[in-house]
Amino acid sequence: MGFISRGFKGKRRDNVSSSRVPPGQHVVTDFPVLSAGPTPRVSVDQWTFSIVGEIDEPKRWTWREFRALPTETVTKDIHCVTKWSKLDTSWTGVSVDTLLEGVDTAADFATVFSDGGYTTNLALDDLTGNKAWVVYEYDGQPLHPEHGGPVRLLVPHLYFWKSAKWVRGITLQNEEQPGFWETNGYHIRGDPWRAQRYWRD
Amino acid sequence: MQETPRVASLFLNVPDWQGHHAGQHVDVRLTADDGYQAQRSYSVASAPEDARLAITVERLEDGEVSPYLVGEVKVGDKVELRGPIGGYFVWNAETSSPLLLVAGGSGIVPLMAMLRHRSAAGSKVPARLLYSSRTADDIIYKEELDRIASSGDGVEIAHALTRAQPSGWKGYSRRIDRDMVREIAWPKQQSPMVFICGPTSFVESAAGLLVDLGYDPLQIKTERFGATGG
Amino acid sequence: MEAAEAKVDGNAIGGLLSEIFTMEMTTAESTCASCGAVNPVGRVDVYLRAPGVVVRCPGCEQVLMRIVRGPGRYWIDLRGTRCLELAAPE
Repeated sequence: MGFISRGFKGKRRDNVSSSRVPPGQHVVTDFPVLSAGPTPRVSVDQWTFSIVGEIDEPKRWTWREFRALPTETVTKDIHCVTKWSKLDTSWTGVSVDTLLEGVDTAADFATVFSDGGYTTNLALDDLTGNKAWVVYEYDGQPLHPEHGGPVRLLVPHLYFWKSAKWVRGITLQNEEQPGFWETNGYHIRGDPWRAQRYWRD
Repeated sequence: MQETPRVASLFLNVPDWQGHHAGQHVDVRLTADDGYQAQRSYSVASAPEDARLAITVERLEDGEVSPYLVGEVKVGDKVELRGPIGGYFVWNAETSSPLLLVAGGSGIVPLMAMLRHRSAAGSKVPARLLYSSRTADDIIYKEELDRIASSGDGVEIAHALTRAQPSGWKGYSRRIDRDMVREIAWPKQQSPMVFICGPTSFVESAAGLLVDLGYDPLQIKTERFGATGG
Repeated sequence: MEAAEAKVDGNAIGGLLSEIFTMEMTTAESTCASCGAVNPVGRVDVYLRAPGVVVRCPGCEQVLMRIVRGPGRYWIDLRGTRCLELAAPE
């Protein structure tokens, strides 16, 4: 480690020890944009969401069909593996429980896939039981493309790389298939409360 | 040393500095007393022949490192750096092709190192600089560039001011476009070496214009800063 | 921030690559495993604002490399690069 740079403070980091802030995180008030590639541009006319894989009858919704589903607005804290946390973020969308209603599957795992090729893996337990949503609004406004619009996944109890931007569907699987970051050093599950950032954490 | 209201040059004494090539950069790393670290890359502004290493830093509104370097740092402070880095975006005065430099904002820094090197090495290679800034107050190294342009040493400089121009302004008053590039650029038959540096969208736009005018993409070297350097 | 401005190029990871490879890497020529385009590393697209560094082909945008720096280790994926050509000392 280098020497200390006299007088350097960096961005304000409130390392407040709080029951709402997982280990190693600091709270921010802006909303950082992280991207692994160019922002996909997809028009809602062409957008669809699918559930495929270990399922008797794959399901698919067009934008209109998706928007006709029951929705809810939730307020959640989010935690990025790059150490920032943002509290009380408000999202509107469809619960993954709603999307999986009536789906008959023996699968325990899922890969979520997005425009642009991004994938992330989740246990079905982490997607169900009122823990995950497919959202199209942030803070009451249509989700901006740089934040994953038109639609992204929201799984706030795990590190935010699991909340795939530009989401297009879920593949149900019998075996866990590590996704984009999980194959390159990041933890297979990513629970911020157990600081599961990297492999073998 | 303050260059413009938001931009300053820092002069550094680096023990065992091995020298550098014009166009290279250094990585600067800062460490706060709680161990937090931030790192940014800065192009070297000085010529390899210069006695002291210089970097030029633009202070960004919501920056983390730049407000420290332009504002807090005092003479005598120590800064941790690594470098010089880069072998792709470099120019040596031994090159005989005409030189075309295109700068957007703080993208002028590595290109200035090239012009300073050209001068210090006594090179007579014809050189042209097209430098785009927002306003006249934002032009970095303005006096030095004016001196170079009027020294009759074979360097021609054109400025484009995109946001506001002082009265009597004789340079370009718009963003770079096809016509401007066609007026400034060497005929492609002369096979100039081209260096373009600045924000990503500026660089991609300028490179595209040159390729459209028939320039060989292999003769064009680019360095994209992104929106911010930090 | 606009996503277009989040993209920089391989010059920005010259320092990182010099930690991993012993040689100057921005002049190394990479062949994209997807489309076959050859580019010096200084010219490829780099996304730094992510949980790791993602390097993409400027032509087809497919991933050329991924580099994650964790505590005391790197994870590097070069599968998207069919070949890297670098100058070696004679």
